[in-house]
Parts: sequence; structure tokens; C-alpha cells
Amino acid sequence: MFSGFMINAWTVATVVAIIAGVVGFFVVLRGAAFPAHAIPNGAFAGAAAANVLGVNTLLGLGVCAVLAALGIGSLGRRGRQDVVTALALVLMLAIGAVFLSRSSEYEPQIYSLLFGEVLGVSTNELLPVAVLGIVCIAAVMLVYRPLMLSSILPEIGEAQGVRAGRIGMAFLVVLAIATAMTVPVVGALLIFSLMIGPPAAARSFTDRPFVAILLSIAIALVTVWSAIAISYLSNLPIGFFVGGLSAVWYGAGRVWIVLRRTRAVRAERRRELAV
Amino acid sequence: MSQFLTWIVEPGFFASQPVQVALLIGSATAIVSATVGVFTVMRGQSFAGHALTDVSTAGGSGAFLLGLSPLFGFVGLGIVGACVMDLIGIRRVRGRDLATGIVLGASIGLAALLLYLDTSSGATTGATQQILFGSIFTIDTATIPIVVSFSIVAIAIIVAIYRPLLLSSVSSDIAAARGVPLRLVGLLFMVALAVSVGLSSLTIGAILSTALLVGPAATALRLTARLWLALLVACIIGVGVTWAGVLLAYDSYYWGSSHQGFPVSFFIVALVFVLYLISGFAGIRTLTSRRARAMWPSAQS
Repeated sequence: MFSGFMINAWTVATVVAIIAGVVGFFVVLRGAAFPAHAIPNGAFAGAAAANVLGVNTLLGLGVCAVLAALGIGSLGRRGRQDVVTALALVLMLAIGAVFLSRSSEYEPQIYSLLFGEVLGVSTNELLPVAVLGIVCIAAVMLVYRPLMLSSILPEIGEAQGVRAGRIGMAFLVVLAIATAMTVPVVGALLIFSLMIGPPAAARSFTDRPFVAILLSIAIALVTVWSAIAISYLSNLPIGFFVGGLSAVWYGAGRVWIVLRRTRAVRAERRRELAV
Repeated sequence: MSQFLTWIVEPGFFASQPVQVALLIGSATAIVSATVGVFTVMRGQSFAGHALTDVSTAGGSGAFLLGLSPLFGFVGLGIVGACVMDLIGIRRVRGRDLATGIVLGASIGLAALLLYLDTSSGATTGATQQILFGSIFTIDTATIPIVVSFSIVAIAIIVAIYRPLLLSSVSSDIAAARGVPLRLVGLLFMVALAVSVGLSSLTIGAILSTALLVGPAATALRLTARLWLALLVACIIGVGVTWAGVLLAYDSYYWGSSHQGFPVSFFIVALVFVLYLISGFAGIRTLTSRRARAMWPSAQS
């Protein structure tokens, strides 16, 4: 499974996991789970449109995802954030579905765009994906301090000149770019799991943000690699394993928190008894 | 004049049986969705509602595989999903978001597996499209009584828990002080939500039924503060949008030379989105009294 076209899958998957680990950490921190789920659907619509219009798929993905992010960000300011996100999500899905219905290979295409296709990345897409990955990570590192400040202590951030609205919008755009490159491999619907499960688990295991980000990347890598391997060997869709493994990691994180709390309570009780 | 009417309503529309079934079932599911949706938006549970639609997707795919009617899969797994989400949900809003997201992700993964098995088992073509985007024109007439019964069940649950639900949606602290069993009410509401979402998965498709759930309700809540009025307006919008969607989809087969048409769900989603945007315009919003904005701070924008 390490030869020929599979090398593309492994490479892209590694890039995907690193991006998901970094961006996902902030998704979990900011409670932006719903937009993180919605924006990939914009990417889906973009890919469908690009497919029918004959434009480069990655370009279509990227442009539409960014448009979706901007739309959700600005409309969300004027209406309820979660309602706007929900409606935008389904609208983009519907548009994507209509575009796909115009093409001849409706069913397999819709399936691979939504749920991922391990072999869905061609060699000439590797470079743009890697470049986009580096751009994403660089963007996050650039705004790391204001983003952290605005996510944890928004009022203090405002006092220090970090406009919550602008940082929020910038984060959504980074999220859009991140999901745009990941959609071809894990699918619009599944990249979201990678951005939630591993980072949530990482945050349960450690408090320190930098360690949490590294741990989040590590867990995401393990998840994606395992998913590819199992998918290749079993011939079953990769999306199922990504979703399942992410849930397992999340569960492990929560179990760990409970264990830690019980241990702390027990230690406290022992201390009281000793006195 | 008659030519103009023909332009709007293509010939044979009302006489066609699939259309009649579509309008009937579409209306029932729209009413249920709008009713449950008003409470969903008020409680800020749009994400949970959307997550349930994705759980429904897995349910429908599974039902397909087992050869059952998709409706049972939609509703069945939806109820299971509702209970799971309620079980692992945490008090903190942020934690609830993550729990919802994880259930969503796992369900979609399951749906991916089941749809793959559906399509590779070869017996059913178009499974993906039907489950994801609805099959309102191809509903078996035998399903009608089942749809109606499920609709009644969902509405009955809402009516039964109406007062505690209202109280806990506005202020959970006061509700707790008054002895309202918050977890039970929350769980029952989630079950009603699951049934509602399962029903609309049949007409508009699992992936898109969030539009019928959230759209008309949010639009109505922007226009009025009185709950009974919001429920009424939401139902009217929901049914109206469904009928318009069915009509446009039917007509769209006659547009252009390709005779391909557009799916009903697309029109419904587009109309819902447009109506929501329009309701946000300044002129319309001044019609909403200031008292409204004070009464439902969580629902107003």
C-alpha cells in the first residue's frame, strides 16, 4: 500500500492531519464547531461547480469556501449566528447538488466529494495542497497571539486593540483555506471530525496550549494514517474510519478527564483524613 | 390569461398523483418542522437539529441496506441519536457543541459506510441521492398514514411539554427553581426533534431538512414576538415554501431544452434562505415591536 498512487494519498493525508490539528485546536477553543462543519460544504459546492464549469477543482473549492466563510461571518453578525450557519450550510449543499446533477457521474462524484476518496488526489495537485498547507500554518502562526487572546479573553483582547470581529473573520477564512485542501481526501463532511476529535482529546490531556497543539497534530496524524491503512486493506470508505476514530479519541479524552477528577477528589479526601 | 396561468402551473400539475402525494406529505412535514423549529431556534439548538439530520442520513442508509422503508431508518436512528446526544451532553454550552459535533461526525462516517454498501450491493441505484436530497415525488402512497401518525406523535409531544418547554427555553434557572424536570423535558424535546427531522428527511432529504426546521421558524421569530403567532407564521411559511418548491420543481422540467429539471429540495432551500434574508431588512424589522425584542433576547437578532 506504499507504492504508486498511494504515495499521493499518504502525503496529502499527512498535510491534512497537520492542518486539522493546528486549526482544529482553535476551532475547539473558540467553540466554532458549527462553522467548521458548514464551511466545508461551501467547498463542496465549489468543487461541484468547478466540475461542471470545467474550472480547476482546487480553485473552485478554495474560492467558494472562502466566500462561504465571509458570508457566514458577516451575515452572522446581523442575524443569529447558528441560524445563519445552518441555512448557509444547506444552501451550499443544495447548490452543489444541483451542479452535480448536471454532470453525468452524479452518484460517485457526490459520494467522493462528501465522504472522501483516498485515491482522489492526483500528482499535480500535490504541490498546491502543500503550498496551501504552508500558507495556512503561516497564517495561524502570524496571528497566534491575538487569536489566542481573543479566543480566551475577548474583552482584554479588545482593550489591547484586537478587534474580536476582525480576528473572528480572519480565523474563518483560514478555516476555509484549510478545509478547501482537505476536502478531496477526507471529504467535505469528514474533515470536520478531524478538526474536533483529536484537538478535543489533546486539550483533555494537557493544559498547555503549545503542547496541546502538538498533541492535536500527533493524534490527527495517527487517526488519518490508521484510517487510510484500514480503508485500503478493507476496501471500505475512509470517512467511516475517520469519523469513528475521532469519536474514540474524543471519548478517551473525556474518560481521562473523569479519571483525573476522581484521582484529585480521592487525593483531597486522603489529605483531609490525614489531617 | 389562461396562457399566463399555464406558464405558472404547467399542465397536469394538480391531476398528477405524485404531485398530490408530494403536496400532502410535504405540508404535513413542513408543519411539524416549523412547529418544532420555533422551539429549536428559541433554545439555540440549531446545531443539534442539524446534527440529527446527519444521524438520520445514517439511519436512512441503513434502512436501505436492510430493505426497509427509509422513513423508519430516518426516525429510528434519529431517536437513538437524540438520546445519545442528550446522554453525553454537558451543561456548558461549549462542551455541548463538541459532543454534538462528535456524534455528527461519527454518524456521517457511518452513513458513508452504509451508502457505500448500498451502492455496491447493486440492488438500489440512486440511493445516495434519495437519502441525501429527498424523494418527495416518488413516495409510496402506503407511507402516507405512517407519515401522518409520526407527525401527530411529534406535535403531541410538543403539546404535552409545552409549558415546561417554554419556561426552560426562556430561563432554565427559573425553570429549575420551579421544579421543572429539565433533563426529561430536554430529552423529550430532542425526541420530537428527531421525529420531525426524520419526517422531513423523506421529503427534502436528510442533509437538507435543516432548512425546513430552522428557516421558517427563524424568519417567523424575526417578524413577531408572540409565540402562537410565530408558530402560525412559521407553519404558513413552511407549507408555502414546500408548495412553491413542488410547483417550481414540476415546472422546471419544462424549462429549457434539456428537460432535466431541478430537485424540489433545492427550491425549498433557496426560498427559505431568501425569505430569511428579506426578513432581516430594516423596514420589516421595525414592524417588530420593541417589546418583542425584549421578550425573546435569545431568539431575536
